[in-house]
Amino acid sequence: MFGAGGGTSSYREIEETDLIIMWGWGSNAREAHPIFFHHVLKGVHNGARMFAVDPRRTSSAAWADVWLGIDVGSDIALANAVGREIIHHGLQNQEFIDEATEGFEEYAAGVEKYTLEKAEEITGVPAEAIRQLAHEYANADTAQLCWTLGITEHHNATDNVLALINLSLLTGHVGRYGSGLVPVRGQNNVQGGGDMGALPNKLPGFQDVEDSEKRARFEAVWGAEVPSKAGKHISLMHEAMDDGDLTALYIIGENPLQSEADSTEMLRRLTNLDFLVVQDIFLTATAELADVVLPAAGWGETEGTFTSSERRVQRVRRAVDPPGEAHDDIAILSAVARAMGYPWVTPTAEEAWDEMRQLSPLHGGMTYARLEESGGLQWPCPDEDHPGSLFLHGRLWERPIASRRAPFHAVEDDPPVDTLTEEYPIRLTTGRRLDSFNTGVQSGRYSSPRRIPGVLDLSPEDGASIGVFEGDRVTVTSRRGSLEAPVRFDRSLRPGLAFMSVHFPDDVDVNVLTLDAWDPKSGTASGSSLWFLPDGPPRSPRSSHRRGAVGC
Amino acid sequence: MTMTEREISTITAQVNGEVVEVPDGSTILDACRQAGLDLPTLCYGPTMTAANACRVCVVELEGSRTLVPSCSRKLEEGMDIRTGTERAEHSRRLVMELLGSASELDRSGDQLDSWIEDAGAEPSRFGPKAATVAAQPKIEDDLYVRDYGRCILCYRCVDACGVEHQNTFAITVAGRGFEAHISTEFDVALPDSACVYCGNCIAVCPTGALVGKVEFDMREDDTWDESRQGVTRTVCAYCGVGCNLDLHTQDGKIVNVTSPHDHDVTLGNLCIKGRFGWSYVSSAGDV
Amino acid sequence: MDLRALLDRPTDAERLAVDDLLGPSEEFNGRVAYGGHEARARRQLLLPALHACQDAVGSISRGALGYISERLTVPPAELYGVATFYSLFNTDEARGTTVHVCDDIVCSQYGAKGLLQTLEGSELSWEASPCLGQCERAPAVMFHSPGEGYGNAAPVDSDTVGNVVFDELPHGVVHQDQSQLRLLRRIGRIDPTSLEAYRGSGGYQTLTRAIELGPDGVISALDESGLKGRGGAAFPIGIKWRGVADAPGPDKYVIANGDESEPGTFKDRLLMEGDPFAVIEAMTIYGFATGSTKGYIYVRGEYPTAEKRLRDAIVMASEAGLLGTRVANAGFDFDLEVRRGAGAYICGEETALFASIEGYRGEPRQKPPFPTQHGVFGRPTGINNIETLLAALEVIEGGAGEFARVGTEQSTGPKLFCVSGAVEKPGVFEVPFGTTLGEILALAGGVRGGRGLGAVLLGGAAGVFVDFSFLDMPLTFEDTREAGATLGSGAVIVFDENCDFGPVLRRIARFFEEESCGQCVPCRIGTVRQSEALARLNDGETLGTVADELERLDDLARVMTDASICGLGQTAASAIQSAIRLQLRGAPA
Ligand SMILES: Cc1cc2nc3c(=O)[nH]c(=O)nc-3n(C[C@H](O)[C@H](O)[C@H](O)COP(=O)(O)O)c2cc1C
Ligand code: SF4
Ligand code: SF4
Ligand code: SF4
Ligand code: FES
Ligand code: FES
Repeated sequence: MFGAGGGTSSYREIEETDLIIMWGWGSNAREAHPIFFHHVLKGVHNGARMFAVDPRRTSSAAWADVWLGIDVGSDIALANAVGREIIHHGLQNQEFIDEATEGFEEYAAGVEKYTLEKAEEITGVPAEAIRQLAHEYANADTAQLCWTLGITEHHNATDNVLALINLSLLTGHVGRYGSGLVPVRGQNNVQGGGDMGALPNKLPGFQDVEDSEKRARFEAVWGAEVPSKAGKHISLMHEAMDDGDLTALYIIGENPLQSEADSTEMLRRLTNLDFLVVQDIFLTATAELADVVLPAAGWGETEGTFTSSERRVQRVRRAVDPPGEAHDDIAILSAVARAMGYPWVTPTAEEAWDEMRQLSPLHGGMTYARLEESGGLQWPCPDEDHPGSLFLHGRLWERPIASRRAPFHAVEDDPPVDTLTEEYPIRLTTGRRLDSFNTGVQSGRYSSPRRIPGVLDLSPEDGASIGVFEGDRVTVTSRRGSLEAPVRFDRSLRPGLAFMSVHFPDDVDVNVLTLDAWDPKSGTASGSSLWFLPDGPPRSPRSSHRRGAVGC
Repeated sequence: MTMTEREISTITAQVNGEVVEVPDGSTILDACRQAGLDLPTLCYGPTMTAANACRVCVVELEGSRTLVPSCSRKLEEGMDIRTGTERAEHSRRLVMELLGSASELDRSGDQLDSWIEDAGAEPSRFGPKAATVAAQPKIEDDLYVRDYGRCILCYRCVDACGVEHQNTFAITVAGRGFEAHISTEFDVALPDSACVYCGNCIAVCPTGALVGKVEFDMREDDTWDESRQGVTRTVCAYCGVGCNLDLHTQDGKIVNVTSPHDHDVTLGNLCIKGRFGWSYVSSAGDV
Repeated sequence: MDLRALLDRPTDAERLAVDDLLGPSEEFNGRVAYGGHEARARRQLLLPALHACQDAVGSISRGALGYISERLTVPPAELYGVATFYSLFNTDEARGTTVHVCDDIVCSQYGAKGLLQTLEGSELSWEASPCLGQCERAPAVMFHSPGEGYGNAAPVDSDTVGNVVFDELPHGVVHQDQSQLRLLRRIGRIDPTSLEAYRGSGGYQTLTRAIELGPDGVISALDESGLKGRGGAAFPIGIKWRGVADAPGPDKYVIANGDESEPGTFKDRLLMEGDPFAVIEAMTIYGFATGSTKGYIYVRGEYPTAEKRLRDAIVMASEAGLLGTRVANAGFDFDLEVRRGAGAYICGEETALFASIEGYRGEPRQKPPFPTQHGVFGRPTGINNIETLLAALEVIEGGAGEFARVGTEQSTGPKLFCVSGAVEKPGVFEVPFGTTLGEILALAGGVRGGRGLGAVLLGGAAGVFVDFSFLDMPLTFEDTREAGATLGSGAVIVFDENCDFGPVLRRIARFFEEESCGQCVPCRIGTVRQSEALARLNDGETLGTVADELERLDDLARVMTDASICGLGQTAASAIQSAIRLQLRGAPA
């Protein structure tokens, strides 16, 4: 966000804030980030009001004072209407806007057409609820705006996120204790991956790869030349694979065949490659396509660090030995380097870290010893006397502001490409469930009494109109493909909305249905419209044996 | 950036005749600990509001008609606390005798054993026919066991499942008096309840009444051996919240996962994935 | 809340009963939903909702529990915990008409056992019950018929116990001459269902007087009167009211404690049934003086008549502008609501009562903090016994000086005693503090059948046995304290010389075992061990010698008294220890 990519606040701030907005698409913090939600609930018990914005009335939304059940993909319209309402009532933090931001005029002009009525039309949410959200957010002393990224999200700053950042700038709900923007990370170390420069355009510490000065420092320490152009992010890689420009791929710890939207396309791309290397702890579906599989040591078997959603770097450690031939990633990469003719000695995790610390000012002060002692440090932590940073962007409250102003970005509503028609009348959204994780590579291996297998969640009303009962298998068809799945009724869904989890690609590969996220019009990745074919004729009702979540 | 330092006022009181000064808001227990005294506690846990149920921590407070629970009573200026009076020791001993006479305490850990011994408590003095809470262990899934014959009704699991941490409220105290017991609604089996298998109840149970299935089985087989176990602190492999985990290993295998109570991200809590989702490590499916 | 509904759905009758109370349920509209803090605040309707189902169908079924859970966003397990806390809620199969037969201290002396044997052979379902607060006409029963309601009958015998009636029992007879009465003066004299009658007898003049005095004047008068609480703890009322008045408002509460469940106690029943408007007037003054706009009257579940009288009276008073906004055209608002208990002695303990109103298990909590700072809903709260409130009316009406002239210096005013058991004329007696025990027994006509006195249990199950050597003891807070006795709730249970106290003590021990909330170890387990020891002594199967058993009982008494959270555990050994000290016949020795 305005530079380094990380949540601006700490979990403990949400316990003391006055207003919490959980803005979620396709993901449900109560289930996807349960311990983060503990902090949210502490805040709620301490008196914070809570709004939830989500097409589904999820178990997170069930805690909210107000739930806004928007249409999939209409987040920007909602955010813009909130912005307009705030401006029209003069509730914006003008001092903050004048002193610390830029681009307000364009933003204000841009949101002008998003009246409450228009937003109601686009989002489906009653204008009154939108008005309430706007007023409470603007009037709160402190407010935390949280969202969880759907796992098929590819960009750090989609228009959705920009629309929310605009709201925080409008109200000054950023850069202060208790007020901030909180993207909760989907995977243990996505944040850490970003920290370490596992982004096509960044070096460790979010330093721009195209900045020659920065590059020079790395080249000096690494003794090698760093490419001067940004690489391709994953969607561009897909394009390059399609165009035949990208013919060899080295995949570490990912299972794109099952995790990416539109898996039929993905299979084609991977099999078309000249050379595929997969380094993973399991023989995943992707690995089965590989020319070379490098068995890696997994979690619990290696040393290193993870960075959490509150920018906290914490140590991970080896508790048991890796099985068989597996080695940790550092050892494998060093061996590959040696095979390529470089005289690398395999460094320890700490040696690799210390080298990185020299180069990334954000992490400079984080020695292993300090990480150990403190239970984790939050970046920026530039030197060894620095206590780490609870929240980011405090600089925006310096007067006069000493550094760059935070920019508004006018963004426009961008409905899902996949439109609802008579032929495809139902909107699908995808996400996670409590006990499972991503494609189930790890989580599929323990026995959970809570496992909901690959099912299609439907509102009971839709079930009735289609003529199916719980447990019936149906054929589900989108404009891209078809699959079969049993039906489960979920009362937290309104008619016209369906949900599937992504955890059981082997049984029910939901990515057959979804749209490749790189479609520039996708907005949110998973907003496919569906059509149903019940298997067999409708049967008489019978009692279900599972207990459903009650939407209260 | 750090939070503004708050002015912390202090309170002065006496513990066993010794003057102690502690921050305002401290409990009598805090003051006793500062004075170097180890008072037993069972229902009180550092991450929770005191349940005030077990009464094993009672001390004498000058001017108070009854003994007071040190775990919850806030220290006030000038209080005169005595921990070692005959009256206080009598109550502590009797509480342990009562508990030991009603519940199986053999998996409650060495600390309780030593408290019982120090207090000279004899749970058997209420005779072989004394009513107990004995019950068959409830084994309803592969994740954890509820062995309520070991339950001392300390309320910690209920509070952890409820408003203190998890806010799922899958379990409650049902019934009244000696019949009071931990239960789901209508005592339905756990998989049919609201339980989300976070195991945050296990994390606070002081007696081993709630225990991971792996540990339970190993204890039943007599293969559980803490002297051969190591603990490794790491971070959860699943979502990006950054929960700290302690991996307990025995003979090169993970046998249990806990979270440190004193880490501010989790306060000892986890979700089903973190607490139980580790069986893939060293599992047969590896490449 | 992660609510998971039970699979079972409510029956139409259950749904109707709940909807009657909560209004029809809203449809899930899929676009916006309001919940959160406001929805959770509705939890306080939980006990009324459980009552609604129990009353309608005779049980709290899974379907009903699930439905209430959904409507109030209270997780089903929590609801189950609450439902199983109260003995009047049945979470098993629904039953038809049920007879609750009192087999407590007094009724067990007057034929309860025979009633139970009769019912054993009948088609009616039955349950043994702790004291039903009808001890002056033992033995007593309470009927409950799903869809019909509740009814009391007393005295009953083997012939009449099966005649289910829902007629209101006549209120207890007042044996004393009108000239001796203040608190009881309207009982049986005026129609308790008529506001006109109440006004005609001087009612609501005290409110006018209180408004003239102003809040501070009222509290000062109470201070000067020396009035102390009649609910057992003898706390000065002026200090309590001042505490609430001084607490920051407006969110604060006043409560009338009509849970009266101490065995042998029935004075508050008489007042609530026979003079309900006086309770309401006193509560209105309580609200006015403390700046509280909301009050509750908590009536025990076994007092259907008292509950109905109070509810009706509240409606009438509201219609007459004596409750609600701008009460009596003065500048204050006050709303009053009746809450009904559901069979739990412990809910008379003030902090347990708060929990019960809030919709939680009626478990007491450790004090401090005290109710005046942290009471119901965590807000400053004043709570007083029914008799205390009526005595407060006397103070304001007649003046503090007048009031204090009655009684002794430390125990001012008139006091009600509930005399039951082996006397000729059991009933409630109003006397000045300082009247001796012997005088009270004389008022009640002396020991029944001209027999000699065995012992008197003062203060009910939580009280203390005294024998003939205490007959000259003035009944005051100070004198009883000095003598190691107590006034407690004002119960005076009389036993004649032939009484075998063995079973009486075991019944008392069982009372505490059954009524313990189960929260703290000394009480939860100690009360059971106490019962077990008494049983062993009774059966001659002692563990070790009798002296060993007595030592064990003494150890239990000490830990319960010293280390329990609340008064229940702290007094659970009191009567038994006193019987042992007095070497009553049949008591362990
Ligand atoms: C176990 C127990 C039961 C009690 N039951 C009652 C009761 O039924 N009615 C009552 O007025 N007070 C009862 N009390 C006392 C109350 O806690 C409280 O002190 C009283 O209502 C205060 O009113 P007062 O000051 O007017 O006496 C009970 C206390 C205990 C410990
Ligand atoms: S595992 Fe979690 S949800 Fe289940 S009972 Fe324990 S604390 Fe509650
Ligand atoms: S199961 Fe454990 S934590 Fe729960 S009440 Fe019993 S002893 Fe306490
Ligand atoms: S003393 Fe008894 S009734 Fe009172 S809190 Fe303890 S267990 Fe409950
Ligand atoms: S530890 Fe204090 S009451 Fe249990
Ligand atoms: S009514 Fe039976 S003892 Fe009171």
